Amino acid sequence: MTLALTLEQLLNGIQFGVMLFLMASGLTLIFGVMGLINLAHGSLYMVGAFVCAYVTGITGSFWLGLLAGALGAAIMGVIVEVLVIRRLYQRDHLDQVLATFALILILSEGTALVFGSQPLWLDIPSVLKGSIELGSVVYPVYRILIIIVGVLVALGLYLLISRTRIGMKIRAGENDREMIGALGVNISVLYTFVFAVGAALAGLAGSLVGALQSVEVGMGEPVLILAFVVIVIGGIGSIKGALIGAMLVGIVDTLGRVLLPSFFQWFMEPSAAASVGSALASMLIYLLMAIILAIKPKGLFPAND
Amino acid sequence: MINSITSLNFTKNMSRESWVNLLLLVVIVSVPIIATLMDEVYYVNLSTRIIIIAMAAVGLNFALGFGGMVSFGHAAFFGLGGYVAGIAAFHSFEGTLFLGLIPASDQMLLIWPVALLGAAMIALLIGAISLRTQGVYFIMITLAFAQMIYYFSISLTTYGGEDGLSIILRNNFAIGNSNNPLHFFALCFFALLMSLWLSHRMVGSRFGAALTMAKLNETRLATAGIEPYSIRLVAFVVSAMITAFAGALFADLNGFVDPSMLSWHRSGEIIVIVVLGGVGRLFGPIAGAIAFVLLETFLGGFTDRWQLFLGLVLLGVVLFARGGLIGLMTGNARHG
Amino acid sequence: MKKIVIGVVVTAAIVASVAALVMKGGGYKLTDVLNESPTKIGMITTLSGGGSHLGIDVRDGFMLATEMANANLEVIIRDDARKPDIAKSLANELIQKDKVDILTGIIWSNLAMAVVPPTVRGGTFYLSPNAGPSALAGKACHENYFNVAWQNNNLHEAMGHFMKAEGLQKPFILAPNYPAGTDALTGFKSRFGKAEGEIFTKLGQKDYAAEIAQIRASNADSVFFFLPGGMGIAFMKQYASSGIELPVFGPAFSFDEIILGAVGNSAIGVKNTSQWAYDLDNPANEKFVKAFRAKYDRTPTLYASQGYDTANLILSAIKKASPSDKDAFRSALESADFDSVRGSFKFGSNHHPIQNIYVREVVAGNGKKPTNKLVGVAISDLQDAYVSQCAL
Repeated sequence: MTLALTLEQLLNGIQFGVMLFLMASGLTLIFGVMGLINLAHGSLYMVGAFVCAYVTGITGSFWLGLLAGALGAAIMGVIVEVLVIRRLYQRDHLDQVLATFALILILSEGTALVFGSQPLWLDIPSVLKGSIELGSVVYPVYRILIIIVGVLVALGLYLLISRTRIGMKIRAGENDREMIGALGVNISVLYTFVFAVGAALAGLAGSLVGALQSVEVGMGEPVLILAFVVIVIGGIGSIKGALIGAMLVGIVDTLGRVLLPSFFQWFMEPSAAASVGSALASMLIYLLMAIILAIKPKGLFPAND
Repeated sequence: MINSITSLNFTKNMSRESWVNLLLLVVIVSVPIIATLMDEVYYVNLSTRIIIIAMAAVGLNFALGFGGMVSFGHAAFFGLGGYVAGIAAFHSFEGTLFLGLIPASDQMLLIWPVALLGAAMIALLIGAISLRTQGVYFIMITLAFAQMIYYFSISLTTYGGEDGLSIILRNNFAIGNSNNPLHFFALCFFALLMSLWLSHRMVGSRFGAALTMAKLNETRLATAGIEPYSIRLVAFVVSAMITAFAGALFADLNGFVDPSMLSWHRSGEIIVIVVLGGVGRLFGPIAGAIAFVLLETFLGGFTDRWQLFLGLVLLGVVLFARGGLIGLMTGNARHG
Repeated sequence: MKKIVIGVVVTAAIVASVAALVMKGGGYKLTDVLNESPTKIGMITTLSGGGSHLGIDVRDGFMLATEMANANLEVIIRDDARKPDIAKSLANELIQKDKVDILTGIIWSNLAMAVVPPTVRGGTFYLSPNAGPSALAGKACHENYFNVAWQNNNLHEAMGHFMKAEGLQKPFILAPNYPAGTDALTGFKSRFGKAEGEIFTKLGQKDYAAEIAQIRASNADSVFFFLPGGMGIAFMKQYASSGIELPVFGPAFSFDEIILGAVGNSAIGVKNTSQWAYDLDNPANEKFVKAFRAKYDRTPTLYASQGYDTANLILSAIKKASPSDKDAFRSALESADFDSVRGSFKFGSNHHPIQNIYVREVVAGNGKKPTNKLVGVAISDLQDAYVSQCAL
């Protein structure tokens, strides 16, 4: 493998990591503030992508679609939070897993009911098609945009949490839930807001990624599992952990997919090497997670310690 | 069995729960017998499906309900048991050797110990690492291990990869004809009773007391000189073995195994069944499995959108019927 | 205590009698009053979740044919949610409770492998409208199993044949790492020979940046891929915006009319192999496409054509024999005496089709959505490679 190709694959890994971060940041924020395991986060990602595809299809503007995708997911998030999720904050993780598992079924079928069962059209705008040269590497413009959006979201979340009044309340809520109520903060509004922000991030991720990949029912579930791997590796509740976990998973997964099959080709015939290599590559990130948790049971950056 | 149920009659509520338990057993046994008399073999097989899934949940309930360990990876053990049965049937049908070394058998009495032992070893490994973590981390690390085994099963090209493996001839049991639906039902029912008895005995023993204490108050257990880690590990291994046993039976019931037996959806479903029935209640998994399988079967007959309604029912149970179905029937919200 | 005992006894009695009634209920269907009871067909297909548009099209094509023929059929349709054990459980229900004569509908190979072998061994006919795993064409073939679509390798073999004839020399080939994926690449190579590069992707993978980078870095002169469903949508869009100009080839699965609607113009110029095309010129096909568009307001996919053919094959056989007369019904099916929308259609000795495979090109359609245009025959009278392993 040439140096340019190695660099390109590294960039691919970072870009994949950024996509995961967009998903994982909302998930980890919701867990950090409310202590909620939200399996339905992938469904909000799907809702965002469908709304984005629908609005883009009607208006012809991807940017309007992107906005609508994030907003649509946020609105769905508020609805779900008010109707269901807020009854779960006091429950144990088990009830949360079960209720949000049920929400996956409901939202998937609901989406198919509203938008139909066929995958929807959504493509990246023509301005962003094509590639640019970065030194010796030729890289797609849209993927660079995703990296930029990821960096902006990370920065935005950092500023929101460390520099604003709401951020102060969120930090207070993470540390001491009774205290914040005593300070006169309306907890239920704060929680709905945080959930909506998480949902909007999922919707934004779904819209951005949907344009690159596919918009179909069930698209959120594989991403959900990966996002959980990311936040567990990073330390649940920690935005910084989510960022680093996402990069780690993105790079390890991408390089594993590329390098393992060629590694096995040294001593196996190509077809078998491709097959064994890709099987092992599928298991690699879970192996990474198991190793990290075996060494650091609370992830790399435990949030509340 | 009946003795052990009635011996639980300490309070009025407990006795009511025992009657509910007894009723569940009566229903489970009477349906296949009536069905056989009426020559409706479908209901026999449906009942067998219910009790095997119930048994998988009995396994999880032991770790989750009594030990407080929310394993999101029990499908791995379920699938492991299934693959042992499937691979044994495959090799004995083809007349080939496992890994080119070990002769296979189609005798359930030989297959089951292998399935149990295999599950025990893997559970020991997974448990030893996973139990270092707690709470959400435990949920997720068990999921990670299950995903690893899931992808491993997909890569087993000799055994069909994602297509899975057909069991052309059901494995044999020493007594009776395992191909007779009622005989096979009886076999599975006996296995279910065994697993219930084992759970009941272990929970009622000193070990069970230590396990409950590990869930409620770890420090107190530690001051009593008992290491919560090893108590939990033993419980996790036993739980995995019961679920693997159910998996071996499930493979023989369906006549095939495939990676979907190990998917995270399946792990979720086993959790759903435990919670639906009532966490930490001996017969909860049975009530949960009956409700889940019947919903899955009959909702599908009414509408293509059956999963939407399944979701709504599950949501309703979590939000409004705390203590699960057993709790609902006994009017006792939370147990244990 | 006494109350509880009475309660238990009464409840048990109610449960038993309700169970008995439910079970007995199957015996008194309205249709029994009619002189001739209808042929019962069970359809297990995927109607929910990802990939459900395939099942929906098979169902719609099938039901269209039965309505057009106005036949005395009872079709029971059930959703398997793409889960093998649910499919298996539904098969039990349809065979043992509803006593169907014929089972059909399964989309995915892994579900077919779970359901088909025990079904046909038990004496029920199974007609596959889509999946064609190699085992069922070869070693595990059965007299009661008929495949009305294709053996899984067919479209890939045809493409291998076509690309070789086109003078391409160094294709880069990729497929997911699962049995249908390895079958696809094996089928392709069996007709083409060695490929320049070969990648097995993760099943369900949606991001192909790493693979596209490898394609760019290789010396390939073309790309062949088999990535069904959302995987293909994702690959095609990412490939189109990568700036790589190599021509793309694939089986029809990634280029049906519904997938094209989701991929958009990124797919224009791709050549794909299919055993059917909506612009295939024969009277049966013209009638089908017109009726399908009128009823469902969309262009049929190959899956719809397979469902339609399956129903017409069953109808043609019912005219000759009753499904209860197994041997007569089987030979009626074997003769395949129906007007297939593919033009000529016949079965090989292993009950899999021997048929032409066509090449279609994706061209710009009306509005945003491109469409397929028939451009030629990839290979004539293709028979699957496993027929020699089948004992029939």
